[in-house]
Amino acid sequence: MTAVATPKFEAANERKKSRRGFLLALPAYVYLSLFFALPLLSVVVYSFAKRTSTGGVALEDWNIDSYTKLGEPIVRDILLRSFTLAIITTVICLVLAYPFSYFLATRKASTRNIMLVFVMIPFWSNFLVRNYAWRVLLGNDGPVSRVTEGVGLGETTILFTPTAIVLGLVYGFLPFMILPLYAAVERMDWSLIEASRDLGATGMQTFRKVTFPLSLPGVIAGSILVFIPSLGAYVTPQILGGGKKTMLGSYIVTQFLTARNWPVGAAVSTVLMVVMLGATMLYFRKGGRTL
Amino acid sequence: MAGNAKQLKGNTRWALGLNATLVYVFFYAPIALLILFSFSDDPLVGRWGGFTLDWYRAFGENEEVQSALGVSIRVAIMSTVVSVVLGTMAALALERYRFRGNKFFDALLYLPVIIPDVTMAVMMLLFFTIARNAASTIFGVDVSKGVWSVTVSHIAFSISFVSIVVRARIAGMSEKLEEAAQDLYASRWQAFRYVTLPLILPGIIGGGLLALTLSLDDVVITQFVAGPGSTTLPVYVFGLIRRGVSPLINAVSVVMLAASVLLVLLSLVAQRARGGDVT
Repeated sequence: MTAVATPKFEAANERKKSRRGFLLALPAYVYLSLFFALPLLSVVVYSFAKRTSTGGVALEDWNIDSYTKLGEPIVRDILLRSFTLAIITTVICLVLAYPFSYFLATRKASTRNIMLVFVMIPFWSNFLVRNYAWRVLLGNDGPVSRVTEGVGLGETTILFTPTAIVLGLVYGFLPFMILPLYAAVERMDWSLIEASRDLGATGMQTFRKVTFPLSLPGVIAGSILVFIPSLGAYVTPQILGGGKKTMLGSYIVTQFLTARNWPVGAAVSTVLMVVMLGATMLYFRKGGRTL
Repeated sequence: MAGNAKQLKGNTRWALGLNATLVYVFFYAPIALLILFSFSDDPLVGRWGGFTLDWYRAFGENEEVQSALGVSIRVAIMSTVVSVVLGTMAALALERYRFRGNKFFDALLYLPVIIPDVTMAVMMLLFFTIARNAASTIFGVDVSKGVWSVTVSHIAFSISFVSIVVRARIAGMSEKLEEAAQDLYASRWQAFRYVTLPLILPGIIGGGLLALTLSLDDVVITQFVAGPGSTTLPVYVFGLIRRGVSPLINAVSVVMLAASVLLVLLSLVAQRARGGDVT
């Protein structure tokens, strides 16, 4: 009880605390700098490199050829298709997840917890396997085809089409939309909704002017969590799209593994990262706190 | 509190209830059918031909599958142990201390969570290729990709997930208890060991199980950084699927699903210990 909290003592204490925090963070800091930040930087650097005639990479010759290549019709089509499919996927997820989350938030606690567990299971289950399940269902001889044949609609032929890709993406990422949306709707100040009703607003008006704006952080978080992985999807287009209509993810992989044009692959990856960072910054600026 | 607004009426209630039911059917019908067909005695997948366990027997006897499973388990355990330690330390640092560069560190820690798989995969591929070239020119040693590069990559994305789960746990916890322990002459280590650690343990277990699941499920990144002999089960299965469907894949898939479900349930139990929230 002798130590008096003099400013000097407090400042020294603060410094000690700050150093301790830094030391605690250090191992993860070093690890992520070495095995995450450095690889990330090398992708950006390589996107400005030159591809040599042998398929190697020359770092001396800086250029933006790889980026101008993104304007070529083939690549532009792939970019356009990927963005379109990712947007469609996000919208479908939002349309399904919003009422779902609202319903979930209005249940009593015990029901809600059970319902949540059954959303968590697909959220955690193997993505590859869940896409594979649709491959089995949609196959020539699969159960979906037999049902549609049974009711006279003929064989289902959506496997290996963009429709199948969207279906697989929605199936894979729907929990990513539900969980943040539910968190936002549940956290909302429900008395504001009551107030709106009391003041004579219709259900629709209340939704547009009160409920939806209040749940906006959840809508944005969910949309980012669905849109970003959909845009860079690789597994789903390979399994359900048959790898025919290429998407961004498959294109990057091809550039790295088959075409051996690393600078172009790196440029497309960089674009994908910029989109991701832009979306995330938008989210935090709109008042979101955690994803 | 706000009982009225949460009470849904008439049509709204029915419409929302119907939507919720359809969402659950959408989630579970494909999985249920996949499980059903994995027991079907018909070489054509997606057709019922009587009950059989043949495909599971094939799963147990297939040496390639077994060795891939072995690699998966080894990588998952190693990457989980390392990422739990580093992730928990990072979580404590960010929630309990303010230090120089903590904003930057926070951002760096978020990136692996939101970066698309494919981007991270090419990053790691590029990095290991550069590292290999550098090692052979500078030290004259050959470090080709293998189980180690897969593990290194898995740790790189798992740390972030662990730290998010642990941080959520620490954030809901008062600092007062640790201070009280120290006032009662516990050393800093004792305060951590007997007060902080038991309190954040559910978060650590939850984060660890998440890391385990992510490692066991990853296919895109692993495919890029695996060398010969370090094929994991998902990468092997992905290769099989690209050649076509087969009842063997059905059986392997069901085993992988069962493992995921088991891990989720374990993590829910861990997080609900001491009244944590489900999410």
